Amino acid sequence: MSRFQRTLIGLFCAAVALWLVAPTLIIVPISFAEKKSLAFPPDGFSLQWYANLIRNPEWSNSILNSLQIAAIVSVVATVIGTLAAIGIARMKPRGGGVIRAILITPMIVPGVVMAIGIYAVYLDHQLVGSLTGYVAAHSMLAIPFVIIAVGASLSVFDTRLETAAASLGASRITTFFTITLPLIAPGVLSGLLFAFVTSFDEVIVALFINSPSRKTLPVQIFASMTRDSDPTVAAVGTLIFLLTSFIIAAGLWFGTRRRRA
Amino acid sequence: MADKERGAAVDIRAVTKTYGTFTALDDVSLRIEPGQFMTFLGPSGSGKTTTLNVIAGFTDLTAGEIQIGERSVGNLPAHKRNVGVVFQHYALFPHMTVAANVAYPLKLRRVPQAERNRRVAETLEMVRLTDFAHRHPAELSGGQQQRVALARAMVFDPPLLLMDEPLGALDKKLREWLQLEIKRIHRELGTTFVYVTHDQEEALALSDRIAVFNKGRIEQVGSGRDLYDRPETLFVGRFIGESTVLRGPHELRGGETALRIGEDWVSHPGQPVGSGRQALLVRPEKISLLRPGAVTEDGLNTLPGLISEAIYLGSGVKYEVTLTDGSRAVARVPLTDEPFALGESVIVVWQKQDARLLPDDGSSEAAQSGEEQ
Amino acid sequence: MRDLISIRRNPVLLTVPAVLLLLVALGYPLAQVVLRSFTDPQPGLDNYIWFFSRPVNLTVFWRTFEVSAWVTLLCLILGYPYAWMMTAVGPRMRMLMILCVLVPFWVSGVVRTLAWVILLQDSGVINRVIMALGFEKLRLIRTQTGVIIGMTQVLLPFMIMPLYAVMRGIDLRLVQAAQSLGARPALSFLQIYLPLSLPGILGGAVIVFILGLGFYITPALLGGPRATMLSTLAQQQVLQQLNWGRGGAMGVILLVSTLLLLAVAARFTRRRYQIAGGSK
Repeated sequence: MSRFQRTLIGLFCAAVALWLVAPTLIIVPISFAEKKSLAFPPDGFSLQWYANLIRNPEWSNSILNSLQIAAIVSVVATVIGTLAAIGIARMKPRGGGVIRAILITPMIVPGVVMAIGIYAVYLDHQLVGSLTGYVAAHSMLAIPFVIIAVGASLSVFDTRLETAAASLGASRITTFFTITLPLIAPGVLSGLLFAFVTSFDEVIVALFINSPSRKTLPVQIFASMTRDSDPTVAAVGTLIFLLTSFIIAAGLWFGTRRRRA
Repeated sequence: MADKERGAAVDIRAVTKTYGTFTALDDVSLRIEPGQFMTFLGPSGSGKTTTLNVIAGFTDLTAGEIQIGERSVGNLPAHKRNVGVVFQHYALFPHMTVAANVAYPLKLRRVPQAERNRRVAETLEMVRLTDFAHRHPAELSGGQQQRVALARAMVFDPPLLLMDEPLGALDKKLREWLQLEIKRIHRELGTTFVYVTHDQEEALALSDRIAVFNKGRIEQVGSGRDLYDRPETLFVGRFIGESTVLRGPHELRGGETALRIGEDWVSHPGQPVGSGRQALLVRPEKISLLRPGAVTEDGLNTLPGLISEAIYLGSGVKYEVTLTDGSRAVARVPLTDEPFALGESVIVVWQKQDARLLPDDGSSEAAQSGEEQ
Repeated sequence: MRDLISIRRNPVLLTVPAVLLLLVALGYPLAQVVLRSFTDPQPGLDNYIWFFSRPVNLTVFWRTFEVSAWVTLLCLILGYPYAWMMTAVGPRMRMLMILCVLVPFWVSGVVRTLAWVILLQDSGVINRVIMALGFEKLRLIRTQTGVIIGMTQVLLPFMIMPLYAVMRGIDLRLVQAAQSLGARPALSFLQIYLPLSLPGILGGAVIVFILGLGFYITPALLGGPRATMLSTLAQQQVLQQLNWGRGGAMGVILLVSTLLLLAVAARFTRRRYQIAGGSK
C-alpha cells in the first residue's frame, strides 16, 4: 500500500474517531449554560444545573435510586453469573454450550418486547416500581455480560491448578477462594463493572416498570428530554461521562500494573 | 539422615479403572515398601499415570482397593490423603510468590507463622532456591519451577510423594542434573517416592524398583538389574535397554529349544516357555562378532550376517548386523585393531545360556520408544 | 458435603440460579407477551390481522428494517477501515483507537442521544455550519436521516469490535504471499483479505442489524412521529392505548424477525466455517 493511501485511510479513521467521541463532548459546555436552553454554543456560565441535581428531589432521588439498584444488581448478577459461568466451564462442551446460549438470550431479545412482558407480569404481582422488580429485571439483563467476562477468564484458567491445590490439602471450597477466584478475578471484576453499567444505563424496561415514587436516572433523563430543554440533563450526562472515563482509566491503570507485577 | 519411618507403604489391590468401554487399568496389584523409590515405567497410554492419579485420589476407582500406610483411601477425596504430588507441568500458582506457593500447604494445615517460615526456608534451601523466594513462578526457568513444585509437594512432610513425569518438559542436561537432585532428596527425606516416566534410562538411574506398565497391566516389577538381566516378558526385555530379538519356528532338540533363523538354527537350554511362539532375546554386550572362518567351540550359537551400521561409543563400538532373515542384531564390542567395515560379512556369536527365551507377545519396534533418545 | 459432591458430579447445578432467574424474569414475561397477542381482547388472530391490514403499521415495519439496513451499511463503511487501521498501527496508537471506540460505548445511550438532539436540532450546530456555508437549512431532527445518523454513531462500536477481533487474527503473510505471486494490492485485498475478514463482517453486521431492529431510545428521541420504528409503536400501544394485544403482537413480530435473522446468519456462518475448516 502506498504512503498516500495509508495517509488517506489514517485521516478517515481520525474523522471516525472524532465522530465517535466529539458529539458526546458537546454536552459538557451545555451543562454550564446560563439560560434554560440546549442551544450550542451556550451563552454565559453557571453551575445552577449541577446545583439543580442536588436540590431538585426528582433528580437527586432518581440518581440515588439508580445507584442503589445498580449496586445491588452488580452483586446479584456477578454472584449468579459467576456461578453459572463456572458451571458451564465444568460441563461437557455440548451441554455447556446449550446452557450458555440460553443464558445469553437477554442480549438478543428486543428491549421493548421484554419490557412489555415484564410490565405485564409486574402489574399482576404488584412489582411495578419495586426494588425487587428492578433488581430482578436488571440482573437478568446483566448476567450475560458477567457470563461472557468470567467465561473468558475461565477459558484461560488452568484447571490443573485446582488438582494441585487438592493434592496439597485444600478442600474444594478452599481451592475456590484461594486459587480459582484470585485467578479469574479480572473477569469477575469486569463482569461486576458491566453489570453495574448495564443496570445504571438501562432505560427501556425501566420506562415501563417505574412508578412516580421510584424512578431511575435514565427514565428521569428521558422524561426531561421529551418534556423540555433543561440543561440539567447535560449536567448529569457530563457527570456520568467523567465517572465512566475515570473507571476505565482506573481499570487500564490496574490492568497494566497487574501485568508488570 | 535416612529415616525410613517417614515413608508409608502403598498397597494397590486388584485395581481396575474403566472409561466407558476403555479399560485404562486392568486388575493391577502392587506393593510399594516404605521409603522405597518406585518407578512406573511404560509407554504413553500404558496406565502408569492413571495408577498415579488413582493413588493421589484424582481419579475414582472402578474396582479394587488402595491402602496408604495403615489407611484405606478408596473413598477419601484427594485433599484428605496427605500425599505430595509433583506435576509434569509444575502447576505452580501464578498469583503467589515462590515462598507463598511453598507455604500454601502449611497454611492449609494451620501451621503457626513462625514455624511455617522456618519450614519454607528449610525446604527452599533443600532445593537450592533460597534466593528466589520472593519471585513469581513466571520469572523462573523451567528447572527452577520444577524445584519449586518439588519443594511445595514435600514441605508438609507427606509420607508419600508422587511425581508424574516431572522432568518431561526439560532438556537433557538439566534433566540429568535434576535426577541427581531428586535422588539426593529421596535419601535425605526417607519418604516413599512413586515416579512416573516413559524414559527407561531415567527409571534405571533413579529407582529402587521399577514396575513396567503395558496396556493397563503391570508386566513385571523388579530392580533395574532384574528387569535387564531377567525380563519375564519380551515387552519388558525390549523396553529396558537394547536387545537383539530373534523370532522363528521352534522345535525341541534333546533338552534344548531350537529356533530357525533364516537357514540357520540357534538353540537355548531348556523347554519352550508356554505353548505359543518363542522369541530369543540377547543383550548387546553378550554378543561377540567374528570374521567368517574363525573356529568356534561348542555351546555357542552362531549366525551369519552383514555389518549395516557402526557407531563409535568411546569405550567400544556398537555394530548393527543384518541377519539372513532380515532381522537386526546389536552387538557392543571393545575397540579392536581391526574394526569391521560396513557391509563386511561377520558371524554373530553368543553363549547359549546368555540369551533369554521368552514367549513372543508380538511386541514390536514401536514398543521400544523408551529406548535411548 | 453431599451437596458439594453432587455439584462436582453435576456442574449444571451451578447454573440453576441463573436459569431460574431467566425463566422468571424473561421466559414467563415473554410467554405473557405471546399469550396476550393471541387472547387480548379475545382469542384469535385479530391483533395480527389488524397489524398487517393497516398501511401505517406496514410502513413502520418496513421502515424499521430499512433504517437498520442503512445503519448496518454505514457502520460497515465507517468501521471496516477503522478496524483495519487498529491492526496496522503500533500498540500506543491502537490503545488510543480502542479508547475512542470504548468511551462512547460506556457513556449512557440516553446521554449520547441527547448530544445528537443538540447537534441536529433546527438551530443546532450542524445546521448553522450548513447555513454559514450558504446552503439551505436542513431538517434533520425528527427525520429518518437524523435517526440513522444517531443510531450509526451509537452502534458503530458493535461493528468495530468483532471486525477487529477477526482482523487481528488474519495472517498478513497470506496477503504478502499473494502480492509476491503477482497480485496487485487491490486484487490481493479482494481475493485474500476481504474473504478472511468475512466472519467479522458477518458477526458485526448481524449484531448491529439486530440491535437496530429493537432500538428504542434513539428513534424515540430523534425520530418523532415521521420516523417511528416498531419498538416505539409497540410501546405506545401498551403504555398509551393500553392495548396489550396489539402491543404484544408487535412485540412478537419484532421478536420473530430477530430470531429468523439470527437463524439465517447462524446458518451462513456455519457453512462458511465448514468451508474454512475443509481448506485447512
